[in-house]
Amino acid sequence: MSDTAAQPSAETSGENVLEVRDLHTTYSVRGSFFDRLRGRESGSVRAVDGVSLDLRRGEVLGLVGESGSGKTTLGRTLLGLVEATSGSIRLDGEELTGRSEAELRPLRRRMQIVFQDPHASLNPAMTIGALVADPLRFHKLVSDREELRARASEALERVGLAPASEFLDKFPADLSGGQKQRAVLARAIILGPDVLVADEPVSMLDMSVRAKILELMLELKDELDLTYIYITHDLATAKFFCDRIAIMYLGQIVELGPAADIYERPHHPYTAALLRAIPEPDPRRTVPRDLPRGEVPDAVVPPLGCPFHPRCPKAFEVCGWESRDLRTLLEDRWTRLSQDDYERERAGVGNLDVLDVPSVDTILPVPDGGTGEQPAEVLAAMRADAADDPFWSGVAATEVTDAGVRARFHEPRVPRDLRVDRSVVRCHLHDPEALAAAEEIRRGRDGTQNV
Amino acid sequence: MNAVGDNRERGGGEPILDVRDLRVWYGTGGDPVRAVDGVSFSIGAGETLGLVGESGCGKSTLGRGVLGLLPDAAAVAGSVRFRGRELVGLSVKGLRELRGPELGLIFQEPMTRLDPLQTIEAHFRETLRTHRPDLDDDEIRRRSLETLAGMGIPRTRFGQYPHEFSGGMRQRIMIALALVLEPKVLIADEPTTALDVIVEAQILGILADLRRNFDTAILLITHNLGIVAEACDRVAVMYAGEIAEEGDAREVFAEPAHPYTRELLRSTISLETTGLNYIPGAPPSLIDPPPACRFHPRCPNAMRVCAERHPIEVRAPAGQRVSCWLHGPEGEIPEGGREPLEREEFLEAEEA
Repeated sequence: MSDTAAQPSAETSGENVLEVRDLHTTYSVRGSFFDRLRGRESGSVRAVDGVSLDLRRGEVLGLVGESGSGKTTLGRTLLGLVEATSGSIRLDGEELTGRSEAELRPLRRRMQIVFQDPHASLNPAMTIGALVADPLRFHKLVSDREELRARASEALERVGLAPASEFLDKFPADLSGGQKQRAVLARAIILGPDVLVADEPVSMLDMSVRAKILELMLELKDELDLTYIYITHDLATAKFFCDRIAIMYLGQIVELGPAADIYERPHHPYTAALLRAIPEPDPRRTVPRDLPRGEVPDAVVPPLGCPFHPRCPKAFEVCGWESRDLRTLLEDRWTRLSQDDYERERAGVGNLDVLDVPSVDTILPVPDGGTGEQPAEVLAAMRADAADDPFWSGVAATEVTDAGVRARFHEPRVPRDLRVDRSVVRCHLHDPEALAAAEEIRRGRDGTQNV
Repeated sequence: MNAVGDNRERGGGEPILDVRDLRVWYGTGGDPVRAVDGVSFSIGAGETLGLVGESGCGKSTLGRGVLGLLPDAAAVAGSVRFRGRELVGLSVKGLRELRGPELGLIFQEPMTRLDPLQTIEAHFRETLRTHRPDLDDDEIRRRSLETLAGMGIPRTRFGQYPHEFSGGMRQRIMIALALVLEPKVLIADEPTTALDVIVEAQILGILADLRRNFDTAILLITHNLGIVAEACDRVAVMYAGEIAEEGDAREVFAEPAHPYTRELLRSTISLETTGLNYIPGAPPSLIDPPPACRFHPRCPNAMRVCAERHPIEVRAPAGQRVSCWLHGPEGEIPEGGREPLEREEFLEAEEA
């Protein structure tokens, strides 16, 4: 049922407006003032971390994820607003990466973007007419004032700002939020683009207006033969609006498939968790309590193995368990102990900072002047109270030493893209090799018991 | 005028917070903005009331008005009683003494409420020293750590600064800072709006535990109907400074009595959405709102009476109180008042 899918839907090459292969966008981050005080100077964030996708002509492709998932950076990289670090972006077969600004300009006319905040997207000192016609002037396609005005009128009427004469000479401040977003759409379509990247286009609008703007976008798509990339954190609007959906987590697409499949039978545990967490306006349905723990981790030093493994309820032996997971689990346990029990247990281990270095061979250290038996007791108590936690499947061996309890983890595997039904999924649960490796480990464990 | 403004019998005993005919105006030089215009509700111990509405409906002003946190330019009339004690007209000092130990607050943006130069420990120490001078340092530390741990914040991070925490952790810290004083009432203004969906669900779980375990009365202000369905016992729907409908959350969602509630539910895009709906037109100006029923220009069910007389609050069949002529009282509707109202068409782009 599953096999690797290194070339997602390569068979439909002629129908693809955009083909993206192994795209990486890396930001270097300088630490904040506080970080520098603490000696944490800088690092890099792989905001887009190996993304491959095809955008089919006429479709709406959703890029869905939480903040920090890289969805916005991916959208901007596709438009050339952010430079790709490596990989390939082809627009109708033409490579976009590595081009100069001047070479990109004519291609840019074919891809436009709509941002989340319509208030910030419109220069408050310009009239709506001038704003909407601005791309024509910028690309030196039209210079005649009358024609600019006529073209702006046409675009405004197309987005429902009619009669245009009522809006042309107004300023953004005179418009409501929904009207501003219409003006932004008018500006985006005035060059006759093929692809529109819409980054949370309705998130800042009130509920009663969102549906109206989405409806307008669907009309424009049909009338103007547009293809959309719809970037959002909102799975509800994505379900309604998108043909296919890519679920992103820490810079990667973890699942990509037809919208219906994503909602009916999500294959990645992260997708399933996102869907279950949405509060629905139906009091008969309630959000479950067994949500993934914690939050999206630090992207500067992402988890080993699968980026979702620390929060994943289904993670197993080879998903990437490591030193930092031990610390998280211990600290989480401590939030549930009484102050006295916590202090007693805290005294049994040394400085936990050694666990912050990602490693599959780590030590839960002894306290000052203590013995290795003390952290061993803490570890045993942890295990006794949370024996079902998937973390323990990742522990290969423990050993009491003078420095503390040494814990070794199974070798992490990095998940690869696998085709499952009509979707592409990056998860070990669907990888026969990963499952076989785990099975091997389990057989070995039954033979030789660890401490 | 107020036929059934009372719902004390439902909360079981005296309400902790009882708001009667509250009005808040903002002076703008010319005509005042009537942000809250005659609002009444009450909350009992262990009860969560959701206050929903679109932007500009006055819900945040209402939350601030209850706490006396309005700017100087605002005028307040009506009554806010906290355990029988009148808060409207109370001195700044008197209010400040109540805020914290009795009336807790959670805002949308935790980062703007935490001092970036102070550790989390210092925040708790200052709060507890101000409001609980009877506690010694050991007890302050013990209570702070217990509360933080209850919110899932690692005890080892007590000495860290706000920026070292994620958005969700900061909101947990804000909740812990409010809870450490064990307030009877918690007012949460869009507490999860800036958070991701999984973290939002985690925070909603925390709020649900609060009302179960500590008998805290919660006023949850949100624009998200899903959150109300998830976290609230009762819901009050606000439109243009007034409460259109208020009642048991399940009843209101299952059988909305006010056309605005119904249309708002219909226009909300959820996982169940199969078609797009929206409310034509835009919410009115609060300086010069439509006469009589404020929703009548946008209401698909508008009748002649709706444009002529302000609705009278009545009890709807499913039990909620509602201000809409569709539900009577029949004796107050003039002859021919039930005839459909001829309405002007809205332009497509006339919207919020």
